[in-house]
Amino acid sequence: MIRLEAVSHRYGDRAVLRDVDLSLGEDRIGVVGANGSGKSTLARLLNGLVVPSAGRVVVDGLDTDRDGARVRRKVAFVFSDPDAQIVMPTVAEDVAFSLRRHGLTRAEVTERVANTLGRYGLAGHADHPAHLLSSGQKQLLALAAVLVTEPEILVCDEPTTLLDLRNSRQVADLLAGLPQRVVLVTHDLELLRGWQRVLVMDEGRVVADGPAEQSIAHYRELMSVSRTC
Amino acid sequence: MLTGTYRPGTSALHRAGAGRKLLGLLVFSTVLVAWRSPLTVLLCFAVLIAGYAAAGLGLRTLAAQVWSLRWIILVLLPFQWWTGGWRAAVAIAGTLVLAVAAAGLVSLTTRVSGVLEVTTRILQPARRIGIDPDRVALLLALTIRAVPVVAGTFHEVRDARRARGLERSTRALVTPLVVRTIRHADRVGDALAARGVDD
Repeated sequence: MIRLEAVSHRYGDRAVLRDVDLSLGEDRIGVVGANGSGKSTLARLLNGLVVPSAGRVVVDGLDTDRDGARVRRKVAFVFSDPDAQIVMPTVAEDVAFSLRRHGLTRAEVTERVANTLGRYGLAGHADHPAHLLSSGQKQLLALAAVLVTEPEILVCDEPTTLLDLRNSRQVADLLAGLPQRVVLVTHDLELLRGWQRVLVMDEGRVVADGPAEQSIAHYRELMSVSRTC
Repeated sequence: MLTGTYRPGTSALHRAGAGRKLLGLLVFSTVLVAWRSPLTVLLCFAVLIAGYAAAGLGLRTLAAQVWSLRWIILVLLPFQWWTGGWRAAVAIAGTLVLAVAAAGLVSLTTRVSGVLEVTTRILQPARRIGIDPDRVALLLALTIRAVPVVAGTFHEVRDARRARGLERSTRALVTPLVVRTIRHADRVGDALAARGVDD
């Protein structure tokens, strides 16, 4: 269970989250909202990348401020730009990089990397330079690189923004089939069809919280109202 | 060297440890410099061709490793010939070309992770003076990884400048390139933190 208790966050003078209280326990949670609504900050709070200016975030009993390292072992994070996330020059090396401090032998690392690459359709690219992959393959690599550590929760911040429709669907299918709990921040409402719970953010607050269809309808209405204002 | 141009293979050179290959490169370069002469260049060239052949890499691959030196050689060769005669010209230009080609051979047959492991091992004593070998290795990896990213950004910015009809504006090239590179570095920092590098 992830709990946000009276969480507020500011960047300088600008308040990006205002007094948010949430309990997140569902397997599939979506977060939507306009640009600047605070959804990316909310996502970053969940694995301790950002610690709140006020309030606290607790992941399965661990405070993200005090136990950041342990939280990050539980909660993996995927960004919208895989180029910023891929660290090593080749595909297999990048996946192996995530395991460097897991106390595994070289043979165990090799086996886990091979299994992970196979699972995400990258087995044939193990020794390829990462920068030569397509955008879709890069995002799959970014996902594989964090999933190889077998986290319990995966947070994705707009992982399909830079992808075409086919690659976007591929990532969506992958996310749908994961055994992990997933928190997905996205502008692509199609991705959230059928999801258990969707939060709608507006000006740093959660303004709607419910099943996907209900929240998305609220979000559409919110956007059409703000367009006519 | 270390450009992340690894070509997968199963040759003896591919299988050899990164440490041995780097030591070999050091010995090769030392011989070239210490016994600088056209004969040394010729012998080292033969050794290098044998090395490329043993790794299953052809002459074309060898040429590609040194192609970027063509302008330097074009200036260096006649200058050295003029100041020191043909022997000095062949020895100096040949030394440069062969050293780069040898480094290319090591790059082509060695995974970057192998080189980073060696770097980490070599730097272990530096812990005593506060240098973290893992950090140095990570820095190397990030530098190698940044080359294609910054090159891609450069091409995008150059195209954008052309699209706006500002082909001659240096500011239209440098400003967005620097801003985007810094922003990329920022995102990489976030991603490393998310992957627990600081933990």
